[in-house]
Amino acid sequence: MQSKFNLLGRNLFDLDDYSTDEIVAILEATQVMKQINLRDYKKLPTLKGKTVCTLFFENSTRTRMSFELAASRMSADVVSFSAETSALAKGESLQDTVYTLNAMGIDLYIVRHSCPGSPQLVHKHSSKPVINAGDGRHAHPTQALLDIFSIWERLGSLKGLRIAIVGDVTHSRVVRSNLIGMKKLGAEVVVCGPRTLVPGYLPEIYGCEVEYDLKTALKNADVVMGLRMQIERQREGLFPGLDEYTRHYVLSKETIRWAKKDALIMHPGPMNRGIEILPEIADSEQSLILKQVANGVNVRMAILFLMLGGKA
Amino acid sequence: MRTLIKNGLVYRDGAFVQADVLLDNDRIAEVGQKLTAKADSVFDAIGKHVMPGFIDLHVHLRDPGQMHKEDIVSGTRAAAKGGFTTVQAMANTDPVVDNLATVEYINRKAKELGSCKVLVVGALTRNSEGKEIASIANMLKGGITAVSDDGSCVQEGRLKFNALKYAAGFNIPVIVHAEDYSLAGSGQVNGGKISTQLGLSGIPALAEEVMIARDIMFAEKIRCRLHIAHISTARSIEMVQWARQAGLDVTAEVTPHHLLLTEEACVGFDTNTKVKPPLRTEKDRRACFDALREGVIDFIATDHAPHADYEKDREFTLAPYGINGFETAFCSLYEGLVLAGELPLETLVQRMAEAPARFLSLDTGRIEPGLAADVIMVDLDGEVSITPDAMLSKSKNTPFLGRSFKGRVLKTWCDGRITWDADDAE
Repeated sequence: MQSKFNLLGRNLFDLDDYSTDEIVAILEATQVMKQINLRDYKKLPTLKGKTVCTLFFENSTRTRMSFELAASRMSADVVSFSAETSALAKGESLQDTVYTLNAMGIDLYIVRHSCPGSPQLVHKHSSKPVINAGDGRHAHPTQALLDIFSIWERLGSLKGLRIAIVGDVTHSRVVRSNLIGMKKLGAEVVVCGPRTLVPGYLPEIYGCEVEYDLKTALKNADVVMGLRMQIERQREGLFPGLDEYTRHYVLSKETIRWAKKDALIMHPGPMNRGIEILPEIADSEQSLILKQVANGVNVRMAILFLMLGGKA
Repeated sequence: MRTLIKNGLVYRDGAFVQADVLLDNDRIAEVGQKLTAKADSVFDAIGKHVMPGFIDLHVHLRDPGQMHKEDIVSGTRAAAKGGFTTVQAMANTDPVVDNLATVEYINRKAKELGSCKVLVVGALTRNSEGKEIASIANMLKGGITAVSDDGSCVQEGRLKFNALKYAAGFNIPVIVHAEDYSLAGSGQVNGGKISTQLGLSGIPALAEEVMIARDIMFAEKIRCRLHIAHISTARSIEMVQWARQAGLDVTAEVTPHHLLLTEEACVGFDTNTKVKPPLRTEKDRRACFDALREGVIDFIATDHAPHADYEKDREFTLAPYGINGFETAFCSLYEGLVLAGELPLETLVQRMAEAPARFLSLDTGRIEPGLAADVIMVDLDGEVSITPDAMLSKSKNTPFLGRSFKGRVLKTWCDGRITWDADDAE
């Protein structure tokens, strides 16, 4: 593939470091990668000789797999390092871990960590490009890019679209990164959930709308994204229980009628079927959920390519 | 040993006047024009400011027990460099200062090896655990000047009420670190815009405010001396103001970082901005500044809280809370408030020396014959570079790292003895 555009020497901590044009360029590169992934033989030699390390301090099967597949399809060598977050307080420091890995000649790090800002710390100690694969509830830029790509390839543009995001907004890194990216591409975003799970500062920071009533939030929505609701929040005293949540916020055939006809349905996964979303919607024609997963590999291939300066 | 400081601009009665200052052993002997007294050493202070040594009533010297962060020797050297001649050390060492032996250990070590005077705070509750009242009367034999569980906060209302009442029997001030644990949770930064943006859990202003409200109501009932440590929110200040108007003996201090920085400083995940109480909003910062200028907040205290590099240089959530304060306090405030045209220099000096001395009735804090010979000479045009190499504290955890400020302390005399000399440092 030919591309003058690259992201050599850049990090991907979050989308706020990227201009609208850069985000569009990433989407265009993702389109190319998608074509490659539709082939029977899915391998490109472009990152041969490069070593990518997935450095995961928090469990994640799908994100890690998606990155590892993306890197292998580009012919990069992939090594993995996992540590339990619970051991962080006593175990080897992040700094020493990074020094050790760096000594083995890593070219790029993909970092998942429960503490916000940790990808920045990995970059500080490694001086290598870092992709944030999710840092606490702060950011998850590749998830946002794959979400945005999934909408963009289906509808052609995000400009003027009304996107509703429903669920536990407070604890969602996906929402924060999506808010930045979707606003940059010209969408209107409304976030919705119980008031204890939707930070009041979001409109001031991201220019989105906040709504506590699902019906109002879904009105005129072109896209509806559900978020994973976790039982932990009940124990933290933030909402009374999953059954009450489901009764008021579930995405179902019935509630989705409040959105525009044929509104797209999304979910970053993993889904709690029957809690925030019903199968009748998750598996419907309107659902992009599996496309999101496929596009995860596409978008990550594009980013690795652009950041490591691969040539075709 | 007599020292004559000639021709400086001397802080007297809230104003700077050209004068000579004569120190005789540990006392200020004379202040006046063209003093002719014989002296062992004479310093020309022409063009320089001569101020009372600063007093910092809220510091952590980490000695005993956490001497990888700081100790009495390094901490008091850093303090002397910053122009401080008296500091008051908080009790959250290891072991906690909740017994006479530990008080005496600090007294002795400070006296033998310290570069400034060290006052000792005793714990309010045993081991600062908030369960039983500490041996306050015993510790008073060692000369503790206040009691506090600083770093912790007694949550249980009845115990706090009784501890305040017990301390009031000895007329010793209680310093309160106001924090409702259930509201603060595992908060990392101020609860609000920045915590939302960074995805860090927040410490809401309410966590401080509800505790201050409770303790002021206790103080009203008991009629005790209550001092609010490191006040940081506009509402907290309103409550102190209310207490004052109600005639209660409630006082408050503010740190340089809460006067100069806001939560915005945390955006780059610099763990040197992680502190309790957290850096707040611009509205809060402004309220702190206004209250300090108007005297609702009595004085400035640094809450000098050193932490080793390897403790701070890690994930934001795992790094300890605290900011290193001695060597940046005066210069950062001079540049940030005085040179910025917000605060007269005289008021800054009053809030860093005279007011804290008055709070504890110390025989220092002013340049007056008969008081302790605690004096500093300052070059207001001199630059202070805040770099790890230049800092004398064992730890370098300041958000001002890499900055440079005007307002250099050239010499510090504590009890008539030179404890900091910028010429020696070069």
